[in-house]
Amino acid sequence: MSASEPARKIVGLGWWPGVAAIALAAVYVIALLAAEKQNLIIALLAIGIVAVIGASRFGLLAPVTHSFAWHENGMAFAALVSAVVVAGYFHDEHFVLLLVVTVLLMTVATLGLNIQFGYAGVLNFAGASFFGIGAYTSAVLNGTGFPSILVPLVGGVASALVGCMLLLPVLRTRGHYAAVVTIAFALLFKTFLEVNDVLGGPQGLQVKGMTFLGWSFNDNVEIGPVTFSFYWSYFIVSLALLALAFVLVRRLERSWIGLNLDALRLDETAAACFGLSTTRWKITAFLIGNVLIGVAGALFGMVGGFVGPNNYSFADSLILVSILLLGGIGNPWGLIVGTFIVIVVPEKLQTIQEYRFLLFALLVIGVLLFRPEGLLPRTVRRYFPGVRT
Amino acid sequence: MSALLDARGIMRRFGGVVALDGLDLQVAPNEIVGLIGPNGSGKTTFFNVLTGIYPADAGRIEFAGNDISDAPPPAIYRAGIARTFQRSRLSLPLSIFDNIMIGNHKRLSQGLWFNLVRRDDFRREFEANLEAARALVTVFEPQLANRLFDPVAGLPMIDRRRIEICRALISAPRLLLLDEPSAGMTHEETTALMDDILLVRDRNKDLTIVIVEHEMNVIERITDRCVVLNFGRKIAEGRYREVAADAQVQEAYLGAA
Repeated sequence: MSASEPARKIVGLGWWPGVAAIALAAVYVIALLAAEKQNLIIALLAIGIVAVIGASRFGLLAPVTHSFAWHENGMAFAALVSAVVVAGYFHDEHFVLLLVVTVLLMTVATLGLNIQFGYAGVLNFAGASFFGIGAYTSAVLNGTGFPSILVPLVGGVASALVGCMLLLPVLRTRGHYAAVVTIAFALLFKTFLEVNDVLGGPQGLQVKGMTFLGWSFNDNVEIGPVTFSFYWSYFIVSLALLALAFVLVRRLERSWIGLNLDALRLDETAAACFGLSTTRWKITAFLIGNVLIGVAGALFGMVGGFVGPNNYSFADSLILVSILLLGGIGNPWGLIVGTFIVIVVPEKLQTIQEYRFLLFALLVIGVLLFRPEGLLPRTVRRYFPGVRT
Repeated sequence: MSALLDARGIMRRFGGVVALDGLDLQVAPNEIVGLIGPNGSGKTTFFNVLTGIYPADAGRIEFAGNDISDAPPPAIYRAGIARTFQRSRLSLPLSIFDNIMIGNHKRLSQGLWFNLVRRDDFRREFEANLEAARALVTVFEPQLANRLFDPVAGLPMIDRRRIEICRALISAPRLLLLDEPSAGMTHEETTALMDDILLVRDRNKDLTIVIVEHEMNVIERITDRCVVLNFGRKIAEGRYREVAADAQVQEAYLGAA
């Protein structure tokens, strides 16, 4: 193809392997979430691992990867539909839906962390603290008459503003030292919450649910003979938020800004020699990331109905980072998979509850040893996927 | 004729080591100047001071009539100085196209709204830049132009050098600083690379080049003038043949007879 010819669309290449994979994944997720007996759950997990390894051995994953690379919009639509199907299957089961909503919102938070850490290379070990700032924002604002549909936005802004306090020390340090600054912040944040009586001290605060046009999200919904759990309303909002965050992160990555952030992470000096203001782009990445984390946290506070200092500790920040390492730094699809594994597996495997940190540690070490770029590694940037250039 | 680059009395110390000891260097527009000298004579340090990576301890640098002595690297790039690095500093996981676009920073729209929301406008800008990158790469190696979205990590040294030079050239700088472009390459590869650089300059007569190089046949073939450094000072200046015959220069390279 000659250089002057405009970009041409590829037609007729298969999208169905991707759709088949998403459908299979949805069935698997339903089975896993529905299973109660520990033996069955362990068997299902084993089947899942064997199936993925087997599929990759027999070359079945390559066509799936291809579908995702060239037909991402279609895949995203299929993923949305399958999420609705999964939530529809469990329409009156509060606990399962809470788990699903948690996965959605934690994915949004890790997408934010991904902009900071995965793209710009700014380490943030206080992810859970910024998530908590969002949640506390809902605790304080809900019930005061402020429209609760706007509270997540305020939570995002609050998280970004508090993040500004961290910017100065983070910008003045590099690499590990910047990481230590954020760790210090995470520890201070928890202590601050514990001693601050206005914010409920160690007991925390109740969070009123979301209301929209006089309709409370915390009521079950009856449609004909079918009862939908009140979590369904939160599910819809969370899914919409995740879709929005996904599009934002994708567009960001596939733009000059994504390129700037990569250049910043990979070689700050070379990037500066080609005009990049390292300060400007670190701030941009940090603030956008924090907004996403804060918005997700605010919604999560309403879903859980309660916020307390212990929910937003340094350990929780480490879990967010481990999701990033596990799922695949820089790949939003990987983050969905990673979050699902890290949130759902310990919930379902009650037998290992006590040992979940041990499990995460082993999982992360295993991934770093055998698949250092995560389960679903990031691929080279295509600014307009599906278009041959 | 006024100089494009005019550096006077540049001092730079690292602890007790004087890397640049009152260096004076003038470069006229459209000139190709070779910067030579033994290892540790301050050639790369001069580039680093010039591009703002290290501040000079003393001295004054003017570029196209503007004082850039204290300017940070991004400002120097915007003024029209682009460089390559002695040890390749490409972003290996990124594609060839991405690496070249890093060098085009000042000509890309950087607004959040433009990049995230106005995707049709972004697409036009992307396609225009894709063509520009493809045309530039084709000058150096037509094969590479078909692989613009391959990661740089898998490419051999010669191709990495080419991409580094494309990254420096894409923004149409007025002054190009080449820091040992032949490092890590065979003699034939170096010759081919230099031919390509001359080809680019033939198309763009406004391009001025300062090149640091140890391959003397490269220096002899492409430079208009040579400046020899030793211990951070200029010890000779002139056409390559005159400079190579200079007793002081021979002493600096070979030791006192």
